[in-house]
Amino acid sequence: MSFAKLKKEVESAVAKASFNLRVDVAELLKVSLRSEKKKEAKQALKWILENASIAEAERMPICQDTGLAVVFIEAGGDIKVSASLIEAIKAAVTDGYRKNYLRPSVVDPLLRGESSYQGMIYHLSFSLKQKGLKISIFPKGFGSENKSRLRMFNPTVSFKPIEDFIVESVRAAGPESCPPFVVGVGIGGTSDTALLLAKKALLERIDKPNPDKSLNSLEKRLLKRINALGIGPMGLGGKCTSLAVKIKKAPTHIAGLPVGVNISCHALRSAKIWIEAKG
Amino acid sequence: MKEVKTPLTKKFTGRLKAGEEVLLSGVIYTARDQAHKRLVELIKNKKKLPLKLKNQVIYYCGPTATPKGKAIGSCGPTTSSRMDEFTAVLLGSGLSAMIGKGRRSRKIRELIKKHKTIYFIAPAGCGALLAKKVMSKRLVCFKELGPEAIYRLEVENFPLIVGIDAKGRDIYKYLAPGVI
Repeated sequence: MSFAKLKKEVESAVAKASFNLRVDVAELLKVSLRSEKKKEAKQALKWILENASIAEAERMPICQDTGLAVVFIEAGGDIKVSASLIEAIKAAVTDGYRKNYLRPSVVDPLLRGESSYQGMIYHLSFSLKQKGLKISIFPKGFGSENKSRLRMFNPTVSFKPIEDFIVESVRAAGPESCPPFVVGVGIGGTSDTALLLAKKALLERIDKPNPDKSLNSLEKRLLKRINALGIGPMGLGGKCTSLAVKIKKAPTHIAGLPVGVNISCHALRSAKIWIEAKG
Repeated sequence: MKEVKTPLTKKFTGRLKAGEEVLLSGVIYTARDQAHKRLVELIKNKKKLPLKLKNQVIYYCGPTATPKGKAIGSCGPTTSSRMDEFTAVLLGSGLSAMIGKGRRSRKIRELIKKHKTIYFIAPAGCGALLAKKVMSKRLVCFKELGPEAIYRLEVENFPLIVGIDAKGRDIYKYLAPGVI
């Protein structure tokens, strides 16, 4: 694999994630604009869509919070993973941020101090079923990240308290987390897996149904309840508090049932690249 | 739509009503978490401030770096409630308005009424659109804070909604009153 090519592709994915609103997100925002009746809600959605066009045309970040980038690296069976490959990806992410004037928003958690691009989050996974190297860049803004929640339920719990917990998490997120949201939910695993699954769920296409039938109906039920909260775009009231709910699950322990909620603002940004082993 | 010019006097703030859309023109100053902490420390220690707050407008914003040929980078509002713990001191120094996003605490709502100030909300997550309304950006102080430094911005027809007016009316009051 050519590291020079890899670097170039990662850098341009970093730019794309910050400048170009995801097509599925833009589509659902347009659907919401058509269905909203309230004047203020319509105005908010128009601002959001106009902002996306300006950002794309002028290569300007959709939001000044260009996030703490969460980077998912998935290596297929034909990829030879080495420390230098991972380091090359990390360097490309940092360079992509700097070259595109994205905001250095990373600091020491306790000392704070000068912000930089050092300390982005990387997750590495492997799959023998896949070929090539898949990299997803997910700049996560903290207006919504600050509203993340985790609850460890009893294994005997019914659906109702789980649904209530998710809906209440969205209500608490309120207008300051930039609705309309996309709500990511992770169920199962350990506490950390549940939250990671919730974040990964936000990388799924939000305009497509969940292939798991029971999760799909849970997503629909939750979306209906969340939109009945009436928070609306920018919290100005209206029908659209959330564009979609996406759920992922993983096996868990007989003694527990972790549920993680990770909310995204309307500026749900991510870009994916796929590189062949020979590429 | 009502046009609002800075500096904003207390006489004028009384004329604005929660929920109303306005276009703001003139000078505003960015300040977010760390800059607030520093300003409040300076005021508490009776030190000279690097900027005058009387009748001024503070914008809770940390812009992205300015690309070549532009006045500013992406520059939308950040969450206002994180500034709540510092707001009382700044309002005591004559600040006339704040711009941000989201709810404020009940205490801040009361202080806004007491000082006859205004809390505006800016289109949240619309930093590229708002950048078009900024004519110039100049560093005022706390350079080492990078995006969190205080910048003086000249804005023209900056679109805002009155979030809390000088009578204490709040557009978000209906949202989860138990929370705030």
